[in-house]
Order: sequence, then C-alpha cells, then structure tokens
Amino acid sequence: MLNSLFQSRQFGLLVLALIIIVLPFGLQNDFHYDIAIQMGLIAATVVGLNLLVGFAGQISLGHAAFFGVGAYMSAILTGTYGWSPIPVLLFAAVVVGIIAFVVGRPILRLKGHYLSMATLAVGFIIYIIINNERRITGGPDGISVPSLSIFGAELNVFNDYQILGMTLSGTFLWYVLAGVLLLLAVWIAQNIIDSPIGRALRSVHGSEVAARVVGVDTARFKSLVFVISAVYASIMGSFYAHYTGFITPQIASFEHSIVLITMVVLGGMASTLGVILGVVVLKLLPQVLADFQELEMMMFGLILMLTMIFMPKGLLPTLQGLARKYLRKKPEEGV
Amino acid sequence: MSALIEVTGLDKAFGGVNAVEGLSFSVNAGQVYSVIGPNGAGKTTLFNLITGIYTPTKGEIKLRGESVVGLEPNQLAERGMCRTFQNLQICMNMTALENVMLGRHLQLKSNFLSTLFRLPSMLRDEAACRERAIELMEFVGCGQYVNTEASAMSYGALKRLEIARALAADPKVILLDEPAAGLNGTETAALEDLIRKVAQQGITVVLVEHDMKLVMGISDYLLVLNYGRKLAEGTPEQIRNNPDVIAAYLGG
Amino acid sequence: MLAEFLQYLFTGITIGATYALVALGFTLIYNASHVINFAQGEFLMIGGMATVSLMGMGLPMPIAIILAVILAGILGVALQRLAIAPARQASVVTLIIITIGASIFIRGVAQLVWGKEYHVMPSFGSDQPVRIGGAVMHSQSIWVLLIASILVVLLVLFFTRTLIGKAILATSMNKDAARLVGIRTQLVLMLAFMLSALIGSMAGIAVAPITFTSYDIGIMLGLKGFVAAAMGGLGSGVGAVVGGITLGIVEAMTAGYISSDYKDAVAFSMILLVLFFMPRGMFGSRVVERV
Repeated sequence: MLNSLFQSRQFGLLVLALIIIVLPFGLQNDFHYDIAIQMGLIAATVVGLNLLVGFAGQISLGHAAFFGVGAYMSAILTGTYGWSPIPVLLFAAVVVGIIAFVVGRPILRLKGHYLSMATLAVGFIIYIIINNERRITGGPDGISVPSLSIFGAELNVFNDYQILGMTLSGTFLWYVLAGVLLLLAVWIAQNIIDSPIGRALRSVHGSEVAARVVGVDTARFKSLVFVISAVYASIMGSFYAHYTGFITPQIASFEHSIVLITMVVLGGMASTLGVILGVVVLKLLPQVLADFQELEMMMFGLILMLTMIFMPKGLLPTLQGLARKYLRKKPEEGV
Repeated sequence: MSALIEVTGLDKAFGGVNAVEGLSFSVNAGQVYSVIGPNGAGKTTLFNLITGIYTPTKGEIKLRGESVVGLEPNQLAERGMCRTFQNLQICMNMTALENVMLGRHLQLKSNFLSTLFRLPSMLRDEAACRERAIELMEFVGCGQYVNTEASAMSYGALKRLEIARALAADPKVILLDEPAAGLNGTETAALEDLIRKVAQQGITVVLVEHDMKLVMGISDYLLVLNYGRKLAEGTPEQIRNNPDVIAAYLGG
Repeated sequence: MLAEFLQYLFTGITIGATYALVALGFTLIYNASHVINFAQGEFLMIGGMATVSLMGMGLPMPIAIILAVILAGILGVALQRLAIAPARQASVVTLIIITIGASIFIRGVAQLVWGKEYHVMPSFGSDQPVRIGGAVMHSQSIWVLLIASILVVLLVLFFTRTLIGKAILATSMNKDAARLVGIRTQLVLMLAFMLSALIGSMAGIAVAPITFTSYDIGIMLGLKGFVAAAMGGLGSGVGAVVGGITLGIVEAMTAGYISSDYKDAVAFSMILLVLFFMPRGMFGSRVVERV
C-alpha cells in the first residue's frame, strides 16, 4: 500500500504541494517569503533545465541567458512600451523558443566539452549584448520592471489585497503564484518524462546510437528538449523580473548559468525533486555562510567541491540510496 | 527470390587503411544470412555501413531496391532495419522494460500536446506498447526482468534484451552483431532457438558471429570476409569445403 | 594607419600568447584525464598574486617568481590528488562542477589573503616602451612573447625527447595500455596537473605587469583559454597555440576597429563559427565512433 503510493507518479507532486502549503507556517517575515518566492521561480527554471541536463544528458553552460532574455523582454516591452505583462511573457517565450531552436540545431551536434563551450559562448554573447545596449536595456546599472498585472489587476508586493474577506499581502500572493508555477512546472516536466517523448529523451542520454537504430531522430529530440528548457527559463525569467521589479544583466551572466546547472547536479540529475532540493540548498547556503563574512566564498567553493566528490549522483539520489539501504527495500525509481 | 539488401562495390577507408574493400553481395528476404571471418576482417565495419552509422567511402547499398547510402540510422529504422551491437548499447538509465518500449518508438504516433496533457489516446498507446514489450521480453526469455533496472541485469540477459528491443521495432530485417559472444553453452543453445523463432516469423536475419557451430547450424547462406574483402560465399556446406576458407581459418 | 594596425597586432599577439599558454594548460590536463579544468585560470592568478606579495615581503623578483611558480605547482598536484582523483567515476558535468568548486575555493582563499584590490607588478626589465614601425609596445610584451616561445619549445622537447613526456602522451592515447606497459597512470595525471599549473602560473606572472592582477582575474583568462583550446581542437598542442594567438589578434582588432565593448562577443562568436564548421576544432582529431 505504502509502497505503491511511493511509486506512483503523483507522489513527488504531492510531497511538493504539501511542503508549499505547510511552509508559510514557518515563514516569519517578508524576508523569508522573499527567499521562498525566489526559490520557487528559480526551481521552476531548474526543473526545465533538468530535462535537458539530467534526462537528455546534454550540457548547457549558458542557460541563464534564456532566463535573462525572458526577463529583459518583459522589462522593456512592459516598461518602455507599455505592453501588457502576460502577452509579453508569452511573446518572449516564443522568441526565446525560436532563438533556442535556431542556435540549438548546429550546436547540439557537438558532444561533451564542445557542447559546453558552445552553450557557454551563446550565453556570453547574449549577456554581452544585454550589458552593452545601454539605451535599450539600461546596461550594467539594470532596469526597473513594472508589476505583474492581469486584466488591469496589479500584483504588487507592497500592496494588500482583499480576497474572500481576508486581507492578504502582495508578498503572500506572490508566494502562492510562485508555488502554483512550480507545481505546474513539475507536472508538465513529469508528463514529458513519463511518455514516449521522455523515453526518447532519456535514450539520448543512455545510448545515443541505440536510440538512433530503433528510429529515434536524436537531433530532433535534442533540439526539442533544448527549446523546452529554454522556454521554461524564459517564462520564469519574465515572472522573476516582474517579482523583483528591478533586474541587472547579472541574471543572464555566465555565473548565473553556472549556479543553475550546479543546482541540477548538486540536487541530483534526472531527479525532479532532487533538483528542487539543489535550489533550496544553494539559495540557503549563502544566507548561512554570510555569517562567516570573508570566509564565505572559500567555504562555498569547498562545500560545492566536497559534495560533488563524495556524492557524485547528487544530494537526493544519494540520500534515497542510503535510506533504501537502511530500509532494505527493493530499489525503486526516484521521482 | 528478391534481394532485400544489395551491396555493390562497397569501400570504407579509415585514414588510408581499407577496412572494407570492393565488397558486393546480396541478402534475400527470409534468409538467415551470416557474415563470418577472422578478427579484424571488417565484419562490424560492414554492419556499421549497412545500418548508416558509417558512411561508405565508395559503393552502393540498396534496401528493397532503394539506395540507402547517406541515410541516418533512424531513417533506416523507418525502412524496417534494426540491429544489435557487439558491445552492448543499452540505456542504463532506464528499466529493462523501458529499453524494449524504446524499440517501439516508431510505432507510437503520440504528439506533443497529448504528451503534455496525458490525453487518453497517448495513455492507450502507451499501455499497448507496454504489453507488446512485455510479450517480447518473454519471447526472448527475459520475462523475469520486466521491472528490473537495466543496470542490474546480467550480460547474457542484456544481450537478449537488445534483441527484444530490435524486434519491438517490427523490423523486416534484423542485424545481430555477435549475439553469442560471452555466452555459455546453455545460453548459446537458447540463442540458437531464439534466432530460429525470429526467422520463422519471416524476419530476415543477418548475423555476424564467431561461434561456428551456431553459424553453420542456422545459416541459409554465408559470406566469408578476410581483410575487408570477400573470401567466399555460399551455403554452409559449400563454405565448409572451401579450401580458401579452411586456409584462412587455419592461418594458412 | 599601418602604425595603428601594427599596434593592434602586437597587442593581440601578446594577449594571444597568454591565451595560448592557458590553452596549453587545458590541453595538457585534457589529454591526460579528459577533464576540462575550470580552475585553470586560477593558476595564472596565483602566479601573479603570489609574486606580487612575495616581492612585497622584500624578496628579489626572480626568487619571488620561482617561489610563486612552485606554489602553483603544489596547488596543481593538490587539485589532482584531492579533488579529481577521488571523483574518478563522476560524469563530465559533475567533474565540471568539481573544478568550478575548486576555482571558487581558490579564489575565496586568494581574496582572504590578498583582498579584493588590484595589485601592480613591475615590469621584468625597463619601463621604457618599445617602438616598432610606429607602434608602441609595453616592454613587458617582449617578455611575454619570449617566455611563451621558450615554454612552447620546452614542452615540445619534453613530449618528444623525455621518457616522462612520452609516458604522458601514451596515457592520453590509451590509459589501460599505458598501465599494462608499466606506466603509473596516477603519477602521470599528477604530473600533467603540475605541468599545467607551472605553465599557467608563468603565464600569469608574465602578463601581470601589463594587466595588473587581482583575485578574480582567473575567471576570464580561464574562459578565454578554454575558447582558444576548443577553437584549436581540444587535445591538440598546435591547436592551442594557434587558437590562442588567433583569439588574441581577433580580440585586439575588434577592440581597436569596432568596439571594445564587443571584443568578448566577437571571441565567442568566432568559437561558435569554428565549431559550426569544424565540430572538433581546427586541429582536433577526427575520432571514429566505435560501436
């Protein structure tokens, strides 16, 4: 009974939903909420990146650029040109999807380190353009972003809202939105993984040549998953821009790309809950380490290095493995 | 009888060394056709050429009368060709069953939307695919591994799993690259039965194999390679009595 | 006109020589272990920073340089022994994250020891600029080119004439075979990391008087070295040198004639173009897929 619940594909989603519902009881102030909201938005991005890195086994060291393009398109088109946020968000996702498709086709032929190099280069070029086109993007100083609004209703962290007789803060509503977005992101990712398309994607990782001889057009599937993960990043980038109200080119930088892929690898490649854990850990670690002041950077590097050396499969899969050994249960698939 | 695979004047050079040279032969539909020869004779290279993993330097390969030179392996799979590998190519990040289900990739016509929202049509196709995959696993003798991770299976079982995956694609012709390598006597005997059963279903089998007892027992026709060239071809009886073949095998 | 062109060309060759040395460092480690060492740039940083700080303690420049190079060498060995060797089973991405973790760690230590400021290192020789055909060059540029050339020649001799060099080459071609003929592959890997660190630190020291140095210079220098190495074809020594010099010249020309804001973008566009037409770089080996 318990075992079948464990194995069901909804289990991960259920756990996640429970955590999102229970968490507000532990969040004491707006600062806590802020971290939780950022975690939610970044986690949704990383769930998309995991489809590419964890499941299809392709490396991207430039994914933050797609996040950045989504965020900047939202900032510029809503701020400078006064367009409505949601259509802009969708438009940006389409544009990013097209960019990913166009650059993905040639670079996804590359393997291993050449693919890392190419994705890194694409990311850098986009970052440099955002950083240098001051008149449009505001350059290194950043750009402010209007609040998210749907049908004229504005969602602003500084406002309070009357809903069903309750007074809810804008921050709390953003928390709810981020939670829903994350659940949606996970649901869609799981639907993709748990399908013929997902099987084809995983086979690209498992054995590309085997996939091809049974008829999988691997180039097409690599391109598809690259576009999907880029669209994830773009959409979350747009939401992130509206949430923070102010963005800098830093969100499209190489460093941010590294942070994103580290969340995937640290949490556990090909484990949807794992990569979310990776986001939580990497977002909390700086808060904890801030107490160490000038030791912060050194300790961050050290922890990253040691975790990857001793848990090369990532946090969650390693912990699951230990738990399984402890419970002496039959091996089962991670979510 | 019609030629299913027709190879003419096939050359493949690696950095000036010819791995396959001036090779011509044809495989008839319904045959068990074996390619034999000493190590380094170019057998696996030949397989890689036929299945589109390598592109020939020169020559023509026809599948059911259509030239297939330059096609990708997945395009060949669409035309009914499937294969196994000498060095296992199993997706170790999946279960055994999923590996076989992967073989039915071309039979599943689900689109992106039905995937995204798990529409009933997709779920129905998946269930049918799963059923067929389980059948095939039982057919090749891997029935007990349905819920096992591929990475937890033995070498012999994985070899059979690869055959199940290839069969899942409903191929017209299946190329088996040294299926008996690394198997013990009992396993080899079971393999011989399996190949016979496959051939009985009307699937053409092309076989690269070192185990002479197995090859001579099940082949309709043989091609002997030596240093990338054709040394001889014929029925098992003709090959057994061919002086060139005897010389090559005894190191003459 | 010509003077301007020459100016950009010399600037490009100087910085390109540095990139070439970083790329050679990548190549050495890649050949021995198939790891892309994202901490490569930190060797340059350590070389420059340690030299500056040892000189600040009153040591004469040559002694300071030698000690800094030795320090980097020790760091290279430590990196291999403590971070790479224990993670032998890890996937490519995991190894990338490990070396990135190492580079953040080294940078963190450097920031702790030397602070976040820029540090100035004096030129090796006179501070008088050198004039060639109307172009004005930093005198240190001559040193950079000289050191880079000597290091390249030494490396060639090392790999073709010495037993250890040949052992490294053998290991890079086939690890198991190398082990069978009695080569201690772990030792070879360690040596490759050490050599790579030595070359990197020397490059860092040579270029420091021109560019100044600080705890975070390693990031960009490392990435540019990776670009140069990939452009030349990972694993190819000739490719690393050609890639590095090409990259330096293209960057300098872009900065001079087009826009210095976009010089990095041009470098990255170039690597994309190269990979687009030559998926294994300019001099990379065309490996046949074995199945």
